[in-house]
Amino acid sequence: MGRYVIRRLLQMIPVFFGATLLIFLMVNVMGDPIAGLCGDRQCDPATAAQLKKEFGLDKPVWQQYLTYMGNLFTGDFGTAFNGQPVTELMADAFPVTIRLTIVAILFEIVIGITLGVITGLKRGHPVDTTVLLLTLVVLSVPIFVIGLLVQLLLGVKWGWIEPAVSPEAPFDELIVPGLVLASVSLAYVTRLTRTSIAENKRADYVRTAVAKGLPRRRVITRHLLRNSLIPVVTFIGADVGALMGGAIVTERIFNIHGVGYQLYQGIVRQNTQTVVGFVTVLVLVFLLANLLVDLLYAVLDPRIRYA
Amino acid sequence: MPDVTKTAAPADEAVDTPSVVAAAAPQQEKARSLWGDAWHDLRRNPYFIVSSVLIFFLLLIAALPGLFTSASPTAGDLVHHYVGKPELGKIGSEGWLGYDIQGRSVYARLIHGTRASIIVGVAVTAIVTVVGSIMGMISGYFGGVIDAVLSRITDIFFGIPFLLGAMVVLQSFTDRTILVVVFALAFLGWTQITRVMRGAVITVKQADYVQAAKALGAGTTRILFRHILPNAMAPVIVVATIALGGYISAEATLSYLGLGLASPTVSWGVDISAGVQAIRTSQHILLYPSIMVSITVLAFIMLGEAVRNALDPKLR
Repeated sequence: MGRYVIRRLLQMIPVFFGATLLIFLMVNVMGDPIAGLCGDRQCDPATAAQLKKEFGLDKPVWQQYLTYMGNLFTGDFGTAFNGQPVTELMADAFPVTIRLTIVAILFEIVIGITLGVITGLKRGHPVDTTVLLLTLVVLSVPIFVIGLLVQLLLGVKWGWIEPAVSPEAPFDELIVPGLVLASVSLAYVTRLTRTSIAENKRADYVRTAVAKGLPRRRVITRHLLRNSLIPVVTFIGADVGALMGGAIVTERIFNIHGVGYQLYQGIVRQNTQTVVGFVTVLVLVFLLANLLVDLLYAVLDPRIRYA
Repeated sequence: MPDVTKTAAPADEAVDTPSVVAAAAPQQEKARSLWGDAWHDLRRNPYFIVSSVLIFFLLLIAALPGLFTSASPTAGDLVHHYVGKPELGKIGSEGWLGYDIQGRSVYARLIHGTRASIIVGVAVTAIVTVVGSIMGMISGYFGGVIDAVLSRITDIFFGIPFLLGAMVVLQSFTDRTILVVVFALAFLGWTQITRVMRGAVITVKQADYVQAAKALGAGTTRILFRHILPNAMAPVIVVATIALGGYISAEATLSYLGLGLASPTVSWGVDISAGVQAIRTSQHILLYPSIMVSITVLAFIMLGEAVRNALDPKLR
């Protein structure tokens, strides 16, 4: 187990550096890192040259990347254009997005898996068909449409929720945005669980469990569900990274000042340091989440062992 | 975010093929190929028929918008500004879906905007499928160091969130044409196909007919393109079909974020980003293009899943 984890961590190193280099190049080479510094106007050439010298942007790109990575490992993510250190922005943004992600993942687990088990056990039943059609609709409607509709109806027309989330973004205000963020994944989790359950419910071990007189509830939760969860866990694990980075649309609709908001501002205002810093952390989260998923396999299925 | 990387999430079979039909044909027919068999199944699948009809109409609208409306998508008449609400009774007339902020017919813009969205979807899918398949084939067939290197490169591109990457690419272009949007979406999109193709090739390359071709002295190119590719293509086609809808949705999402296509191009995304500005007063400007995007995505998801079910022998 320990050796497996170490090998996986070692494999992550080139991917981590590659991904940070890629985003670094995308931002610095394709874009102009100081374009955003003078606001909406163009910088005049003398100022631009001065700024480039000050930030070391006159040096070759590989040298800039090495300097950046060197600073990164001492905890220095650079400074955003408003003078705030990027780490400070992160300290404000990440707790909010983590709360939002937790709400979304909870919805996926509770509603998604429950619906999946119900439909998987009742294949062909009207309930099954209805849920399947609903998931198809959720998958096809773009998430910003779902978000705007929910905001317009629940927030503006009926006044059930606040249309915009307050800066502190406590859990109770994040319930509806979390559901919107989770909607697409929720549909996937439902369908994955359904397929998995439907495949496994004819398995020999289920018949054995039924034959030896176990109550139905125990057969489903302990035997059937546990064996059916592997593909679902894979999906949810990979989704943690995707949700944190993919919250751009949801956070924009509900005015949540989290990671997606900072990234959106960073990209549109060409705030290079913010974009590279946040994406670096997101890549790390993505890689670690995938490692965790692989380790969870062993918990769900004792036959899987990591030597 | 309608994350395209998710659209091809692991195999699930939602669209139940009517297995009764297949079972009711016991008489020994001529042996069919995998694709012949799949076609036999598909013709009877209602999901396949519905999605094909929808896609046929979308392609027709994209090719010949003049057939559906005579109104101009760019001519605005400020008489209709804000007051031009939909008159749903007059189906097909210039103002039946209302007018936008500039007083242009929403219906005419829907019809004429189809082409841009379809072109983005088809072009991105084509590029991604070709690039991804080649990478996946090389990676899966040769294995070893080549596979390790290519797989890590794929991981690197896969690690950066799809929508974010597209936004960064788009931000660096001042003139956002269809070509630029296609490039931005394809830039990070190919990894999905690479992974699917690599898996399929690894399975196929152990097959007896590949060994036989090798023993007969066939060259690498011949083995790859004549023997492996046709047999490893099925899952790629399914994933690519579903992803096509996802790319159209992604184009609309980028437009919503203000980073997609821009006027004077007529596209659903452009109308959607204009509609968002007016959501509190005139919801119809946002509503109809969103419905078109949703229908298109739905059609491609249904088509992809119908094909998947037809190709999967386990479900027969």
